[in-house]
Amino acid sequence: MIRTEELLLNVGPQHPSTHGVFRIIVKLDGEVITEATPVMGYLHRGTEKLAENLTYTQIIPYTDRMDYVAAMTNNYVICNAVETLMGLEIPERAQYLRLIVMELQRIASHMLWWGTYLLDIGAMSPFLFAFRDREMIINMFNELCGARLTYNYMRIGGVKWDAPDGWIDKVRDYVKYMKEKLNQYHDLVTGNEIFLARIKGIGAYDGKTAIEYGLSGANLRGSGVQWDLRKNQPYCIYDRFEFDVPVGKNGDCFDRYNVRMEEIRQSLRILEQAVEQVPEGETMGKVPRVLRVPEGEAYSRIESPRGEIGCYIVSRGKDKPFRLKFRRPSFVNLQILPKLLVGENMTNLITILGGIDIVVGEVDC
Amino acid sequence: MESLLQETLSLKTFAFFLLIGVTTLAIVLGFVTYAIYFERKVIGWMQFRIGPNRVGPLGLLQSVADVTKLLMKEDTIPNEADRTLFKLAPVIVYVPAFSVLATFPFTETLYLADLNIGLLYYIAISGISTLGIVVGGWASNNKYSLLGGMRSAAQMISYEVPLVTSVVGVILLTGSLNLHDIVTNQGDNIWEWNLFPQIIGFIVFTIAAISELNRTPFDLPEAESELVAGYHVEYSGFRFAFFMLAEYVYVFAIASLATILFLGGWYPPLAMLDFIPGIVWFLLKFTAIVFFLFWIRATLPRIRVDQLMGLGWRVLLPLALFNIFLTAIVEFVLR
Repeated sequence: MIRTEELLLNVGPQHPSTHGVFRIIVKLDGEVITEATPVMGYLHRGTEKLAENLTYTQIIPYTDRMDYVAAMTNNYVICNAVETLMGLEIPERAQYLRLIVMELQRIASHMLWWGTYLLDIGAMSPFLFAFRDREMIINMFNELCGARLTYNYMRIGGVKWDAPDGWIDKVRDYVKYMKEKLNQYHDLVTGNEIFLARIKGIGAYDGKTAIEYGLSGANLRGSGVQWDLRKNQPYCIYDRFEFDVPVGKNGDCFDRYNVRMEEIRQSLRILEQAVEQVPEGETMGKVPRVLRVPEGEAYSRIESPRGEIGCYIVSRGKDKPFRLKFRRPSFVNLQILPKLLVGENMTNLITILGGIDIVVGEVDC
Repeated sequence: MESLLQETLSLKTFAFFLLIGVTTLAIVLGFVTYAIYFERKVIGWMQFRIGPNRVGPLGLLQSVADVTKLLMKEDTIPNEADRTLFKLAPVIVYVPAFSVLATFPFTETLYLADLNIGLLYYIAISGISTLGIVVGGWASNNKYSLLGGMRSAAQMISYEVPLVTSVVGVILLTGSLNLHDIVTNQGDNIWEWNLFPQIIGFIVFTIAAISELNRTPFDLPEAESELVAGYHVEYSGFRFAFFMLAEYVYVFAIASLATILFLGGWYPPLAMLDFIPGIVWFLLKFTAIVFFLFWIRATLPRIRVDQLMGLGWRVLLPLALFNIFLTAIVEFVLR
């Protein structure tokens, strides 16, 4: 009789499809996974502990480096938490600018996901298509705050820089351009037989499981749960805009793909309305020179491109937080991975991991 | 050439054969150099990039620079590797790739060996390359390369079968395995080619051939997003170059074979265009097929390993068998 043995395979930390330094130890029977253990922490920088020794404004650039493909939403979550504690009034123009950059960021982030996911699946061109169009958003951010990835744009009480002349028009043009491009993306990829065969029915779970695992974002909505903080607990000025929350049905990778693609369209819809309404005025509210946050606790949560990002602050009335905690959606969403991987083959490992959409900077924080 | 092959081997004939071998090698290397350049340019344009444009005019020397770099790299062999087999594998992969070129008739008069069993020879010899890939994957003593090698063995064996059966229709039409006869049996007009009578065969052949070549969407053995680089993950320098070389020589071989079997070899698409020399037509058809392969690579995602097997055995093989059946009946009725 032939003796077969399980093969222990280290996927990562250096592996092209783990999207950073992330490692999964898998036991393989042939090509079928019998056990998977994610190992994380290679990128841990101790942001939460570091934050205890930083003033509130100094924490903001650290949040850029958590989810580095969606830094704007991270900026917002810390600002929002502090503003809630201090009860600050944010000028209208700043609110609009914040909303516009956050929605642009969502599009940029989903596009990066789309490109790299297709690259994982083995298609090469979509990656470059996505990066061409994402580049335009990055360039707009660059004009706004002089950085392409780690923006450090928002401040407690508003935004640091006003939009330069003509910037809003650029956003308007971009929305028009991107709507057309999105259809091209669908033409190129979504109907592709091989692509559908690769992702339909892979990594499926139902809404109940998703809630039990604490999933959020497209991972939750993909399995049919209608939960989007922009709709359910409006923050910023999201309650003023019309948009839909796309949900999936089967909770497989294809549904998550569709939800993300549809979210790009909804973000464009929000942007379309927002650019028409941007008022003139101040971009910074009345904020004391030294921020002393009154004693208390605050939890702010918003919908980042990856899911629910939260910031919990405990203040003892100093200019620095006593304790600060980030709820990072990538980290929480990753918890379902070992469950999904058992019984799948090596190829599906990449499909499922990519479908969860993690950013390792945020997983390890 | 024919008479030389019949003679007993003397120093003179040996020198002549060597010369032919070296010339062919030079031509093939030239092809590979510019096929890589062509591929990078074509895919670059499809992806809104410019492709190589720095080394030499229009980047024409890019591949030369790349090969030079590979040649100058340190020759590394992993500690735990099976050294003999590790060194042997690239050779096993490359030698058959080069040997199969002997039987291709490029024009009426330009060919190396007019072998009676030309097609069979191609199929038999090219099968050996799989062995080299499995050996290379195993000898590297790396889990990723082992998985790559295993996939490759499974894939190439599964797709050899539809590939062979898909050309049986052509053999039935011609009544010969000789590649030269297969071309001359086709004619000066596009409707006289084997393409239309053998359209099913051609489709099956193309799909199976892409899989044999390990190119997208069937590039599973070297799927870089799953298996890092597959069977050649531990290879570097010149040994790696040999694997890549073999891959591109097979592109050359498959494109030539498709031209010969289905696209009428050196014949023009319309009889009135036959003032243009045959080699031009051959190269045009050949380039079109090579372009098609590159185009596919820029467009399609990769298929999954189990789906690949399903496609090979459940779709392509029955189709190819049906094609044989159909061709046989039509031939029988017409005669």
